[in-house]
Amino acid sequence: MEPAGRRRRRRRRRGDGGARTVRSGLHPGLPALGSRGARLGLHGGCAPPAADNRLKTTKYTLLSFVPKNLFEQFHRLANVYFVLIALLNFAPAVNAFQPGLALAPVLFILAVTALKDLWEDYSRHRSDLAINHRGCLVFSREEKKYVHRFWKEIHVGDFVRLHCNEIIPADVLLLSSSDPDGLCHIETANLDGETNLKRRQVVRGFSELVSEFNPLTFTSIIECEKPNNDLSRFRGCIIHSNGEKAGLHKENLLLRGCTIRNTEAVVGIVIYAGHETKALLNNSGPRYKRSQLERQMNCDVLWCVLLLICMSLFSAVGHGLWVRRYQEKKALFDVPEADGSSLSPVTAAVYSFLTMIIVLQVLIPISLYVSIEIVKVCQVYFINQDLDLYDEETDSQLQCRALNITEDLGQIQYIFSDKTGTLTENKMVFRRCTVSGVEYSHDANAQRLARYQEADSEEEEVVPKRGSWSQRGSIGSHQGVRMMHRTQSTKSHRRTGSRAEAKRASMLSRHTAFSSPMEKDITPDPKLLEKVSECDKGLAISRHQEQPLAHLSPELSDIFDFFIALTICNTVVVTSPDQPRQKVRVRFELKSPVKTIEDFLRRFTPSRLTSVCSSTGSLATNKSNHKSGSSLLSNLSNDSVFLKLEERLGQPAPSLASNGYSSQAESWASERKPEPGQEQELRYEAESPDEAALVYAARAYNCALVDRLPDQVSVELPHLGRLTFELLHTLGFDSIRKRMSVVIRHPLTDEINVYTKGADSVVMDLLLPCSSEDARGRHQKRIRSKTQSFLNLYAVEGLRTLCIAKRVLSKEEYACWLQGHLEAESSLDNREELLFQSALRLETNLHLLGATGIEDRLQDGVPETISKLRQAGLQIWVLTGDKQETAINIAHACKLLDHDEEIITLNAESQEACAALLEQCLQYVQSRGPHSTPKKTEGNVSVGFFPLCSAPPQSTARGPSLSLVIDGRSLAYALEKNLEDKFLFLAKQCRSVLCCRSTPLQKSMVVKLVRSKLKAMTLAIGDGANDVSMIQVADVGVGISGQEGMQAVMASDFAVPKFRYLERLLIVHGHWCYSRLANMVLYFFYKNTMFVGLLFWFQFYCGFSASAMIDQWYLIFFNLLFSSLPQLVTGVLDKDVSADTLLLEPQLYKSGQKMEEYRPRAFWLNMVDAAFQSLVCFFIPYMAYYDSDVDMFTWGTPITAIALLTFLLHLGIETKTWTWLNWVACGFSILLFLTVALIYNSACATCYPPSNPYWTMQTLLGDPVFYLICLITPVTALLPRLFFRALQGSLFPTQLQLGRQLAKKCRKTLQTPKERFAQGHLPQELKAELSQGGTGSPSESLSKDCALQTSQHLQQPPVCSPEASGEPSTVDTSVPLRENSPRGSPGSSIPGAAVSGECPGHLRRKSLSTSRAAPLQSLFSLPNFSSLGCVSSLSLVSGLGSVLRFSSSSLHVDKRDSEFLSSSPQPEQDLSGLQRQATGYV
Amino acid sequence: MAMNCNPKDEVDGGPPCAPGGAAKTRRPDNTAFKQQRLPAWQPILTAGTVLPTFFIVGLIFIPIGIGIFVTSNNIREIEGNVFMYYGLSNFYQNHRRYVKSRDDSQLNGDPSALHNPSKECEPYRRNEDLPIAPCGAIANSMFNDTLELFLVSNESDPTPKPIRLQRKGIAWWTDKHVKFRNPPGEGTLEEKFKGTTKPVNWPNPVYMLDSEEDNNGFINEDLIVWMRTAALPTFRKLYRLIERTDDLHPTLPAGQYFLNITYNYPVHSFDGRKRMILSTISWMGGKNPFLGIAYITVGSISFLLGVVLLVINHKYRNSSNTADT
Repeated sequence: MEPAGRRRRRRRRRGDGGARTVRSGLHPGLPALGSRGARLGLHGGCAPPAADNRLKTTKYTLLSFVPKNLFEQFHRLANVYFVLIALLNFAPAVNAFQPGLALAPVLFILAVTALKDLWEDYSRHRSDLAINHRGCLVFSREEKKYVHRFWKEIHVGDFVRLHCNEIIPADVLLLSSSDPDGLCHIETANLDGETNLKRRQVVRGFSELVSEFNPLTFTSIIECEKPNNDLSRFRGCIIHSNGEKAGLHKENLLLRGCTIRNTEAVVGIVIYAGHETKALLNNSGPRYKRSQLERQMNCDVLWCVLLLICMSLFSAVGHGLWVRRYQEKKALFDVPEADGSSLSPVTAAVYSFLTMIIVLQVLIPISLYVSIEIVKVCQVYFINQDLDLYDEETDSQLQCRALNITEDLGQIQYIFSDKTGTLTENKMVFRRCTVSGVEYSHDANAQRLARYQEADSEEEEVVPKRGSWSQRGSIGSHQGVRMMHRTQSTKSHRRTGSRAEAKRASMLSRHTAFSSPMEKDITPDPKLLEKVSECDKGLAISRHQEQPLAHLSPELSDIFDFFIALTICNTVVVTSPDQPRQKVRVRFELKSPVKTIEDFLRRFTPSRLTSVCSSTGSLATNKSNHKSGSSLLSNLSNDSVFLKLEERLGQPAPSLASNGYSSQAESWASERKPEPGQEQELRYEAESPDEAALVYAARAYNCALVDRLPDQVSVELPHLGRLTFELLHTLGFDSIRKRMSVVIRHPLTDEINVYTKGADSVVMDLLLPCSSEDARGRHQKRIRSKTQSFLNLYAVEGLRTLCIAKRVLSKEEYACWLQGHLEAESSLDNREELLFQSALRLETNLHLLGATGIEDRLQDGVPETISKLRQAGLQIWVLTGDKQETAINIAHACKLLDHDEEIITLNAESQEACAALLEQCLQYVQSRGPHSTPKKTEGNVSVGFFPLCSAPPQSTARGPSLSLVIDGRSLAYALEKNLEDKFLFLAKQCRSVLCCRSTPLQKSMVVKLVRSKLKAMTLAIGDGANDVSMIQVADVGVGISGQEGMQAVMASDFAVPKFRYLERLLIVHGHWCYSRLANMVLYFFYKNTMFVGLLFWFQFYCGFSASAMIDQWYLIFFNLLFSSLPQLVTGVLDKDVSADTLLLEPQLYKSGQKMEEYRPRAFWLNMVDAAFQSLVCFFIPYMAYYDSDVDMFTWGTPITAIALLTFLLHLGIETKTWTWLNWVACGFSILLFLTVALIYNSACATCYPPSNPYWTMQTLLGDPVFYLICLITPVTALLPRLFFRALQGSLFPTQLQLGRQLAKKCRKTLQTPKERFAQGHLPQELKAELSQGGTGSPSESLSKDCALQTSQHLQQPPVCSPEASGEPSTVDTSVPLRENSPRGSPGSSIPGAAVSGECPGHLRRKSLSTSRAAPLQSLFSLPNFSSLGCVSSLSLVSGLGSVLRFSSSSLHVDKRDSEFLSSSPQPEQDLSGLQRQATGYV
Repeated sequence: MAMNCNPKDEVDGGPPCAPGGAAKTRRPDNTAFKQQRLPAWQPILTAGTVLPTFFIVGLIFIPIGIGIFVTSNNIREIEGNVFMYYGLSNFYQNHRRYVKSRDDSQLNGDPSALHNPSKECEPYRRNEDLPIAPCGAIANSMFNDTLELFLVSNESDPTPKPIRLQRKGIAWWTDKHVKFRNPPGEGTLEEKFKGTTKPVNWPNPVYMLDSEEDNNGFINEDLIVWMRTAALPTFRKLYRLIERTDDLHPTLPAGQYFLNITYNYPVHSFDGRKRMILSTISWMGGKNPFLGIAYITVGSISFLLGVVLLVINHKYRNSSNTADT
């Protein structure tokens, strides 16, 4: 139909500059651009046509499949090698096998891969087809109306009409919306995973259209940039037919893949279609990384190649000599060439060399690569299936996005972690604030938060706590009551909250981000609430009396502004829950925001004329002067207030009528009880959780954001009612400015205000310089210094701080700024840069209002995970953009820093200072002897280098560990070429490194540095877009599929729901994957060397003629068929150490880091063993058949059988876990060999030259010697290995072996109680619990319990002495206890039973998770420490208790603590004994 | 209205988005296989656990070895059927090009292969434009000495009495009846082989190998035996069978024997040697003491290692016990 449109290239590269011009596709008359192809042309004229909307992600077509797929497969060097060898075989002089047969395995491998690719491509094709055939309404020129079309039929220039909840088919420029404001909301979850709504705006010039948009009248031309993949940028302009130009930006563009929400219908013109859409340009394929193990393996493959060449050369020389010796004598067996001439020895040697390479090609196994890939796919499958990596809350499990680096997980040495959202939940909770120098500590709020935490960890103990709360409530003010009420409700929710309910809640929260009660229900500080209410009232009164605002004290006015700023200085969208995603709108007829300078002049001229440059033009004059502009507004808003008041009075809502907060508080309570949903709850959807937290905080002070439109924001106050601010501009947040601002016109004062909210470091510098002359200035100064000190305090508490500031603009200033801003806005080129400059111009001379502290809570289990990972020998670096103090505090909270640790802080202002400082630190570190004296060095540069805490005296033996804290600026210096080595050296000495204020680029540079300089395996974990570069640079990138969108996940190799899953991912799966693959690769090398060895020894007895006694069929299919399955099964399923033991003893992970399983020594030892085994397997048959009438293949077949048996037995020695699958695989291998041999040997009497093995196997099976050598040879071959293993296992066991022994002992210890139950009275409920606990068989659960107990036991030490950490103390304390105890294990069950009867409350916790012990206590650590200890030891007992629970009585809860303490030591005894054994071995 | 399209259906372009269906959970199945909790036997290799294996190996191998050794040594007595071998040493019948140089189809009597042998037979494929039957280097180098055994029964009767050497029954049954066949057709063997010529080194064509019809041509057992290429350069091949005549007398009674060798086969060219071996066989073949010795040795070593492990285990356990308590 339109040939021009059809000719398109997939993913056309961005052309050289230029832009795209889009016209309406409905006007055929346009000269240069054919009929319907008219829609598009490029600036320059001749240009490739734009793509249509057809999606084609398939790689192949029917025709191109074979050549293209082959071409791709030959990118793998191994395939080329094997094909070359197979082809070499076609040369008659050197052919070793039948040529066709030699090709078979290569073809087989290629075919399997090709089939896999074909299947994948087919499924892609099917999904493409489904997407291409989605329907959509497109305006048709012929029918003059919207008709249904398939997605694939959409072209650039088409007009599409989309309805609510429809998916956008292409990148569409928004031209019309059913929304009166010309707005459209979209959800971009498909693009970036963010579920909050984003707002899009109709192109300027179309929003004012009164009637419905008619595509036929569209004559404008759109110029925009060429297709690119930048989701966050779109530039262009639209030229109307009258020559007017209007700028376009990303607010006007609807991206393909997003969903229309909250808007009935929109119409737009397609700008980019199909593969030119931003969504598709962003869709890069899966990542391919090469794992370290594979690199090492490739190196060993090269060794094998070398070995192969050596063997072949040796043979060649041997053959040359042999030929020379026998040729001249015309030996009978010397076969001349076809023409009768005889080969010269040299030629014969060359031929022999080539033939040997063919014969010995199995040394580089064709199946190795395929097997490894199969094993990795299975490993990925099992990781994905792990129930312990499944997060119930978010219903997500771990995703492996990179398929081929699973084993890298077992070798990680450095972890680079983001802080926000990775270690913390990224759930922002308002904690406290300071306004105009007064701090409001929000103690009740803190208590409330603490309660949530407790509710998290101690669901069961509602009764006693509740009592104390209500007590507190009655004593205290209303907050107590209110808070108690809430906690009750959440409690009950949590308690009754079955799994399903939790899930429902989580689903809900996924649709509307950030709506957990914890974040919403903020308990206001009474003092502040009073003040807010006061100024609300004052303002209301003054407003009614038409008084100016001025009579408010500066503090009160600051408070008021502060809350207004909290409420409106953001981009929060308001929705209401009963109509999900439907905007709450009460529309006021307001003028649209200032869009043009004329508009501004029209509206502001009067004031400009009269108020001459008196910058603080008084309110009164303003008001009187430009009534023309704003009278409408004020009138209306006054009306609305009254309207609102009436409405309110109609409701039984005493909150308004009340005049004191206490009565109001009662009303809160009373109002809630009967009908909790009555209060119209607004839901806020924010782009960042901080914003939502602040808006919720403001709402707690009755300053509620109720509506936001592009041009106005409405705030509701109890007395003032609804205030509607005219929103003139929003200067969005960016990471360079680190702040955002809104420009509004204040409805009360009519002033133009700028509210700025941003990081304290930047905002504090932008404040209006205040003179210390007058009192006011001094006051301001004092306020600032106070605020600054509070900010520091917040940071120390680990809170995120934000400063709120305000600026009052005079009309002139505003006009002046506006001019520049509008220019910037409409400019086509470097609009961003200009807007940035414009924002900088606005955000100066600010007046500080106050600051807020927001808490970002730690995720569950972060401290435990970090300590486990540490024990596993991983170095953890935290790279964060946060403030130093905040970062240090969080680091303390998550146990990254210990309090007895020396902290080196590097803050340098210049390169030289940094160098000097580093030097100093290095000297210090090196000189640090056993007596570490705290040094304090402060140079003239503003640097600090001081150990925060001096080392505790008892730790002098090992010395206190060091930690390094460095800020972004110093990091930049330290990463310079000349300093990086020093920095790294210093960092290496430190236990943990904390980089604060670092940019994404710095993050990736740090990772790169460690990776390249230290040659270490690195893992980067993060959740946000700012972590992407770091994730990409690291060997293993892990993304947290959290709240900050999907960018990190998209860039990552693995995506986990929470940080704590990293522990299991690395310590269990990483270790398994590494150990499995390492062993499998080693086994592969062994197997092939051993097999090739057999052939090589034979060369000594066949004149080095490259003859093979093993039938070529066996030779070729041996690796592929007979011996492949068992090793695959072992490679996939073998567990050298059980998961519980690994988690219990994280130091076992170190074996992977040190590459203990697969190191060069292991490789060469393996090769030597292979050589020995092949010698045995060759010479025993040789001797057994020496000087007999055996023929070549009757002799070779037993050797093959022997080799197979030896391989299986060898694998048996190496296999640590025998499941029925292993047995089946081994049996299958042997049976397969026998079957194939029997069939092959009876199939054809004259085929398969030269061996022609007819009836060989059958004859052999009747020969007792065959059985005799099949028995003795494998045993002899493997005796040394078995003996060595046994010796090593007994005398020099590795850590891993110790771990296994420990696990076994542990299991045995618990065998006794189990048996007792098995005898009879095993209570039903116990059985139920055992199975419910997620474990299959009782013994499994017992072992799990055992692990649990011991792990809990490991957490014990803090109880005894919080300072002594680690195992030594465990041993010390437990040894005497153990000696009191009666010998033998059965005793262990009795105390457990005794205790368990008394604390049944804890039993259920055990089944939740092993590492969930009370996360909050660690946050508020020190005072609660003993209770934490108690809790963890309780759950220790509960492990036993669940096994031994006979009766459950919940009455003894109160007594539990004391009783437990008295009886607790006993169950520890045996556990500590175990522990002791474990450490003893270690 | 196209309202019914599920917003989560979109799979192109975007990332694998979070699952929309609330009903479907992603929770993995809690099965033993998927959770890698299959019941398993987990042996730990230490001295204590491994030493029984060594003892068992020792205890099994030593008796077997002794049994084999005794059997093998008993072979000496010439009773029952006696097998007569010829032995060659330093003859590389397993040389790659030599092994290939044959045409099994031809030997199977395939007429087309008979007249057009495989290329593998080069340069012994054709002679003076006639196809060689049987072609190839193996057949060409066939052992062609004649061995005759005479018994000089006693001094009184000086005329040696020839011992009946059975020419048949020395090849594998399947070789004789399945793999090797004379060409089909009417008439005598000579007619069947018409149009072919003898191998270069042979004095006579293939149909004159034996007088008996069922041991002539391709199914001549000497040829069949020769065509089964030996595995190692020192080998023996069955030449004749001396059948036991009656139970009362030994097959080869004690006495003086006289071996008459018609020397045709050159072995000097490859520094080889020829041997003639007379042997009986037991259930495990000819006389070879190696296996018995090997079993005894391996069994003893295994036993010894077991003892070593026992000692180690004993010491180790003691030390670990003391460490424990």
